[in-house]
Amino acid sequence: MPTSTELDFGTPARAGVPVRVEIDGKPITVPAGTSVLRAAMECGVEIPRLCATESLEPFGSCRLCVVEIEGRRGTPSSCTTPVEAGMKVTTQSPKLARLRRGVMELYISDHPLDCLTCPANGNCELQDMAGAVGLREVRYGSGANHLHETKDESNPYFTFDPSKCIVCSRCVRACEEVQGTFALTVKGRGFASKISPGDMLFLESECVSCGACVQACPTATLTEKSVIAAGQPEHSVITTCAYCGVGCSFKAEMQGNEVIRMVPFKDGKANHGHACVKGRFAWGYATHQDRILTPMIREKITDPWREVSWDEALHYAAGEFRRIQAQYGRDSIGGITSSRCTNEETFLVQKLIRAGFGNNNVDTCARVCHSPTGYGLSATFGTSAGTQDFDSVDDADVVMVVGANPTDAHPVFGSRLKRRLRAGGQLIVVDPRRIELVKSPHVEAKHHLGLRPGTNVAVINAMAHVVVSDGLVDETFVAERCDRATFERWREFIADERHSPEAVEAITGVPAVEVRAAARLYATARNAAIYYGLGVTEHSQGSTMVMGMANLAMATGNLGRRGVGVNPLRGQNNVQGSCDMGSFPHEFPGYRHVSNDAVRATFEEAWGVALGGEPGLRIPNMLDAAVDGTFKGIYIQGEDIVQSDPNTRHVVAGLEAMECVVIQDLFLNETASYAHVFLPGSSFLEKDGTFTNSERRINRVRRAIKPMTGMADWQVTIALAKALGCEMEYSHPSEIMAEIARLTPTFHGVSYEKLDRLGSIQWPCNDAAPDGTPIMHVGGFARGKGQFMITEFVATDERTTDRFPLLLTTGRILSQYNVGAQTRRTPNVAWRSEDVLEIHPWDAENRGINDGDLVELASRAGVTTLHAIVSERMQPGVVYTTFHFPGTAINVVTTEFADWATDCPEYKVTAVQVAKTSHTSTWQASYAEMRDETTRRKRPARSI
Amino acid sequence: MDDEKMIHKVNEIARFFGAYPHEEAVAGIADHVQKFWEPRFRRQLVEYAAAGGAGLNPLAIEALRRVIVPAESR
Repeated sequence: MPTSTELDFGTPARAGVPVRVEIDGKPITVPAGTSVLRAAMECGVEIPRLCATESLEPFGSCRLCVVEIEGRRGTPSSCTTPVEAGMKVTTQSPKLARLRRGVMELYISDHPLDCLTCPANGNCELQDMAGAVGLREVRYGSGANHLHETKDESNPYFTFDPSKCIVCSRCVRACEEVQGTFALTVKGRGFASKISPGDMLFLESECVSCGACVQACPTATLTEKSVIAAGQPEHSVITTCAYCGVGCSFKAEMQGNEVIRMVPFKDGKANHGHACVKGRFAWGYATHQDRILTPMIREKITDPWREVSWDEALHYAAGEFRRIQAQYGRDSIGGITSSRCTNEETFLVQKLIRAGFGNNNVDTCARVCHSPTGYGLSATFGTSAGTQDFDSVDDADVVMVVGANPTDAHPVFGSRLKRRLRAGGQLIVVDPRRIELVKSPHVEAKHHLGLRPGTNVAVINAMAHVVVSDGLVDETFVAERCDRATFERWREFIADERHSPEAVEAITGVPAVEVRAAARLYATARNAAIYYGLGVTEHSQGSTMVMGMANLAMATGNLGRRGVGVNPLRGQNNVQGSCDMGSFPHEFPGYRHVSNDAVRATFEEAWGVALGGEPGLRIPNMLDAAVDGTFKGIYIQGEDIVQSDPNTRHVVAGLEAMECVVIQDLFLNETASYAHVFLPGSSFLEKDGTFTNSERRINRVRRAIKPMTGMADWQVTIALAKALGCEMEYSHPSEIMAEIARLTPTFHGVSYEKLDRLGSIQWPCNDAAPDGTPIMHVGGFARGKGQFMITEFVATDERTTDRFPLLLTTGRILSQYNVGAQTRRTPNVAWRSEDVLEIHPWDAENRGINDGDLVELASRAGVTTLHAIVSERMQPGVVYTTFHFPGTAINVVTTEFADWATDCPEYKVTAVQVAKTSHTSTWQASYAEMRDETTRRKRPARSI
Repeated sequence: MDDEKMIHKVNEIARFFGAYPHEEAVAGIADHVQKFWEPRFRRQLVEYAAAGGAGLNPLAIEALRRVIVPAESR
């Protein structure tokens, strides 16, 4: 079992020139800028400390880490004293011991002496330091103290007990330096100093509950409620978060088979010891009472579910699939892989479909999020993935965030970005909404291009027009790295006056002067980087916009080194991996088209079966074909298309037309209402495998708790395949990865042994890059020469009208995640327990809408109701909501308009009307009734 | 897939490639449909275009003449 000592070196590592010093007679060479405290730790000398910790800049307040330095007067704090060449340091002497004991005596005089019953017992730095300095008595027995301060238990995950606080400021500094929220402060002065979230309860404050303060606290002042309830963990397992595409590494800290807390792993290369409220705290869904642990079947969706054995469920599903194929043809069934599952599980599902079903009808949730990224970046650069690692942002001088809201949707990267911006990086935000990055404590965008939804391409073209017309093209880069013919054609295209900021201002709503300034800022920066999200892809021109950003980056030479690049912020934890693993209907693993005879032959040889060379059905086409009567069965692993996919009525019509719908999931999700077979799935805590994050980083997922269903998900797929007559022989996920590596050039060098040794690997990992590739396209593009694409702006056909005069965009919030199946089953509902509609004050006033009113949201596709929040984050004419709660069924309202190239739905542009109402929509009412009917379970039955 | 949706999808493809010179545009549309459309919908599309292609972008109609549809399989 992997373990890590996770030594805390007291202050951050530095990267200066080597400096040789002597500590207690021990010579050590460390980089210039290193603190004496850290240098001592590096040569095995632990100096007592309380206010210092490696994740924070030194502060020098506790006076416990004092040392003596030869030739200097006094006793400086070792945390704030940088090493100097030849320095000779003494860390232990009678004088230092006396000083430290005095400091500790003062601390303990105002601290409860309840160590035996304290939740930090066994993991308390204050307790440890009292022992380290040899404190034996406290002479200050009475007098003023803080021992009766009131405990704040408002946060659902941790408590704040000021009676135990030593005001070391580690929590305040963690909130500032690591998280970047600045929710905490030290209120008062001297003896009256106290930590405060702004004179209010934690839950009411600006605290985003990332937990950095809890992790930094050296006492029990800030403590996880799970630790208070259960005590200190006794072992840990290093694994990877199953929420967003940042892919944070965590230590699952355990007592036996029970998770006590999740602590972000310091050596995790995506997160470097930081986390968000979801990853750190919202893991309770894994053992939620709603988990379905026994397979179930039913003949009709109106029948109650019947619990059966694994064997019966799998043979029933296989029998139905084979019956359907015999009746309706080989191509009448298909499947959907899950971006919440591991690479190994996803690989097996696509293998089952291609080799077992005998067709290419496999798709994945990337269809509805980042499929345009794959198309656009593949066309321009030659690889369907982002170009950088997250660390690269530290070298970016200008960052352009397009259609993304990292502080909500990718919070750990958001914090990293904020840190860079506080250190001097400049920011351009391209987004219809005033997202938090536009202006928040110590961060302010230089330019916010608050465009109208649906006009991304017009804006990016206008920026490129400025680059070309102002002579800001990096001619050397283009000459050396890009295809000359496509560049010259693009230059002529983009130089046309119709693309000028002034010409498109009426379309985009963005002042031309702002576009010009932003373009110049981006183009003239030493290093400029683009980070983008679903505000780019989920449009009718999603792929065109990806290509437009790639054009801009190539024209300005912002590729192939640190601090630059074009970087998608992926939605789900393994959406990159699910795409890599051949989840699209036209591609084998490694993004190779199924019509490529040579590639197909390698899979046919490996799998011992003939494979189809025609592209299969995409998810929306599966539903179309179902409505047409030619698609009758589907195996869906870990997706909830009824809630997540556009135009719910069409999704439901498609599912209702099928004769066998097999769902594998943790819960009876919305799609399960239309299913005939339910196969219980496993949470990430039960899985063994790998996830691949937004930076192409393959991270190990390690089993922390036993599979609650009796079978791991990969074993279920193998068993289903076997029931279909398709044998798969694997005894461990590492063997699946070995097959992936054999068959996928970009994964050739990947193995579990190497992953365990290196911690993680960014693909491509092969003979040319045996340890992986943090930065893509260094020295040359994957496709050879970078290809400029013509990106004509084409307005979406989704237009506002008198009947539907507003534009709806949908997205996520910090505390909830996608369809909410996980986060809705955690205390995260304390922050948001329903989807709400954000509306600008003008639009609200025109409609007589006040904060909290129930409103009807109607489009040409359908109607739903939800409560309104009046917000100046919105621009007039644009409303926003989320898709986290099935009761809202927001996708009843969204339409089937989609990206021209990939069918990624245009979630970001739906023409709507909003009006006050007093009752929920008829859809919501009938759906709730139907759900009650279709989730009935007949018990007891045979069990596993 | 209903015809209206099919026509809209193909015309959107044609609008993207329509920015390219004629021959490249026609080849681009044909290649896109060939690579990404499953045979049953490719067949529906090609047959619709062959029957006159009402509502289809002329570039799409021209491109669809180059699209190959495999024989129906069982």
